[in-house]
Amino acid sequence: MADRAADLTELLIDRVRRAGERQQALAVTGNGTKHFLGRQATGEPLSVADHAGVVEYEPTELVLTVRAGTTLAEIDAVLEGSRQALGSDPPTFGGRATIGGTLAANLSGPPRPWSGSLRDHVLGVRVINGHGEHLRFGGRVMKNVAGYDVSRLMAGSYGVLGLVTEVTVRVHARAEHTTTRALKLGPDEALAAMIRFGAVHSPLCGLAWDGRTVYARFAGSAAAVDAAARELGGEAADDERFWTSIREQTHEFFGGDEPLWRFSVPPAAAPALPDARWLFDWGGAQRWLRGDYEIARLEDIARKMGGHVSLYRGGDRTGEVQHSRDAVQQRIHRALKASFDPRGILNPGRLYGWL
Amino acid sequence: MQHEVQAEAGGTAAGLRHDWREVAAGLRAIVDSRFIVADAETMRPYECDGLPMYREMPQLVVLPGSVDEASEVLRYCHARRIPVVARGGGTGLSAGATPHKDGIVLSLSRLDRILDIDPAARSARVEPGVTNLAISEAAQAYGLYYAPDPSSQIACTIGGNVAENSGGVHCLKYGLTIHNLLEVRLLTVEGDELVVGSGGYDAAGLDLLALITGSEGLLGVVVEVTVRLLPVPPAAQLVVAAFGTSRGAGEAVSGVITEGIVPAGLEMMDNAAIRAAEDFVGAGYPVDAAALLLCELDGTPEEVASGRERVVEVFRAFGASEIRVSRSEAERQLLWKGRKAAFPAVGRIAPDYYCMDGTIPRKALADVLTAIGEMSERYGLRVANVFHAGDGNMHPLILFDANQPGDFAKAEAFGGDILELCVRHGGCITGEHGVGIEKLRQVPLQFNEAELVQLGNIKIAFDPFETLNPGKGIPILHRCQEYRALARAGRDGADG
Repeated sequence: MADRAADLTELLIDRVRRAGERQQALAVTGNGTKHFLGRQATGEPLSVADHAGVVEYEPTELVLTVRAGTTLAEIDAVLEGSRQALGSDPPTFGGRATIGGTLAANLSGPPRPWSGSLRDHVLGVRVINGHGEHLRFGGRVMKNVAGYDVSRLMAGSYGVLGLVTEVTVRVHARAEHTTTRALKLGPDEALAAMIRFGAVHSPLCGLAWDGRTVYARFAGSAAAVDAAARELGGEAADDERFWTSIREQTHEFFGGDEPLWRFSVPPAAAPALPDARWLFDWGGAQRWLRGDYEIARLEDIARKMGGHVSLYRGGDRTGEVQHSRDAVQQRIHRALKASFDPRGILNPGRLYGWL
Repeated sequence: MQHEVQAEAGGTAAGLRHDWREVAAGLRAIVDSRFIVADAETMRPYECDGLPMYREMPQLVVLPGSVDEASEVLRYCHARRIPVVARGGGTGLSAGATPHKDGIVLSLSRLDRILDIDPAARSARVEPGVTNLAISEAAQAYGLYYAPDPSSQIACTIGGNVAENSGGVHCLKYGLTIHNLLEVRLLTVEGDELVVGSGGYDAAGLDLLALITGSEGLLGVVVEVTVRLLPVPPAAQLVVAAFGTSRGAGEAVSGVITEGIVPAGLEMMDNAAIRAAEDFVGAGYPVDAAALLLCELDGTPEEVASGRERVVEVFRAFGASEIRVSRSEAERQLLWKGRKAAFPAVGRIAPDYYCMDGTIPRKALADVLTAIGEMSERYGLRVANVFHAGDGNMHPLILFDANQPGDFAKAEAFGGDILELCVRHGGCITGEHGVGIEKLRQVPLQFNEAELVQLGNIKIAFDPFETLNPGKGIPILHRCQEYRALARAGRDGADG
């Protein structure tokens, strides 16, 4: 870790300024673990991967500040000593994903409905805007309502507003115990069961259905976890392997080249396309679909379900891959982009072709 | 910089002259005339929010009866560059809803329907004028509740909660307003509908929901909110511990958090607050303690039992002089009552109090309390401290007498010093009350000029003529002017 610590802030500022002068689009990257995500990048690559290292970590405050190129594996190694972790359990892509990229994509693991996302846990950022100004928003405290919440705005922004150089995040205590139960159920019964399990308070931290079996995971004190598992019934299942395969998309459902679609919907939304191949995570709120579809058709379905859809992996990455935005939303997106990056040099077209 | 703030507070719309009789007539074509208030006496309750030291009379108060009416009112005002200050319950504590002297107040209190509760999706869709508590009351039938619980929850509205990103006693475990929102429908300054968020746990595109939450009514007018509901925890227990020093109590707070325990709430009161509360409600607090910690555990009975044992252990290890654990729901309520009534209790021991809202890292707690004590002597004004200790959000209450000339100015200067102190210790000037007008002068403690310009440009992206709640939240700098002109030119071109 220590040997990877390097402050490249000045270099990054310089690169953004010079790109601005030349009207040269930049494609900001970390370790490139999420190149498949979003629209195809155009522009000159600018890597943040070597801008890495812990700036400050205070276990008693539950606050960690790291440079954006720090990998999730490096962060985990630092937090492990104090039995802490990133609460949202984001996919690590073999440990190589950077915190900057993870924030830009706002990806979360299976505990998200109960733990919150990285967007929920980010407390502050430092960011270089399109003028090449290095700005600081938010801070290192849990509550802060001075100014607009630019830190959270960066989550899921695909780097189109600014180049994030530093992230301060609230970290969480690792669970004392976890346990997983499995129940074999078809799609309709699976969803009904997930709604039922979610309707009462319990130490749930995972609820997924892989097409055959509902898996429920509990985290907390031994007594609490055991009581909840007893109450739920089902069979004991391997606790770690299944959830890792969902988080890292190594589960067989995610194999092959067929396009992978992500639906983000209310957990109880009625199942659509009953003959298609689905995997439900987040208690039904994140649904994965495999197959060739027109995005417009799936948008219609997602809208009726009360959520949105994106082409997560595969398919045509030069067309739109995110759920469309209406005219007013587009106007605000464009104006906001212009307020950070008037020359449009930061990741243009990565989120939407029109942004 | 402060001079510039003063000079420009009020936005660029200030100074435009309108024939207000004509405006009132125009608005009467949109909203039933009974709900257009133009006489001073009826408008009087709107002249301030929960921080009555700041007062201003608007030209008109308009109470639309539907989203369509609100949209038409905004469209009308936008065409004439009339400042609009949206208002919910008027319980804000930072003068964020103070009217603009050349503008209208847009009260959303008539939009107060609970539109839908979806127990399967665990969400509630409500109009902005619904009170915070009414949502939990309506959800109760399904075993669900809305978690954020600001102490004004009987009166404060969900629209205002979105504008302020309100917290409360239980946000340590369950998060702030932003963590409990799914979707918000706004009206832009032009009166257009803008939907942010979604029925899922995230939304397509930029996270505008995060941006508008806590934006103090500067970016849009909230007209519908879908909140997340949580299952009511089946059990809850409160551990109350007395400490001989505030340093000891502060360290015990860090001890609980470091142990990995996540209490539902972790509150602290200093001796002045303990005495005032005990006199008021008789909760049985030890009045000699330097500091009192209230730590609530909730969840399944097993979760509560294991959490309680560990908390008691930590409090003992950090030298608590007395520990009391609630043995019944009635006792838990009584022990909470003292904390919840702390503000009015303090209100009984002084003619007026001024509530601050700085947030600090927990480790700085003892040092900051000591420094506040010293300032208190220097200013000759007493202070009582109530504190969301678990998340570092302080509420020092500065006691003063508004009838004594110069007393409020002294209290304000004292408050400013406290906020400066918080920032020096790595904290911020407001944890949950917002900047409003009150803390405009302290905003530059947290942001440099380039950062303020960026914040100003975000405002312009939503509201090019700065007519939404002008003069609040973000001090306006001259450097924004250039971008402002560009943004307006772009807008005018795009809109035709």
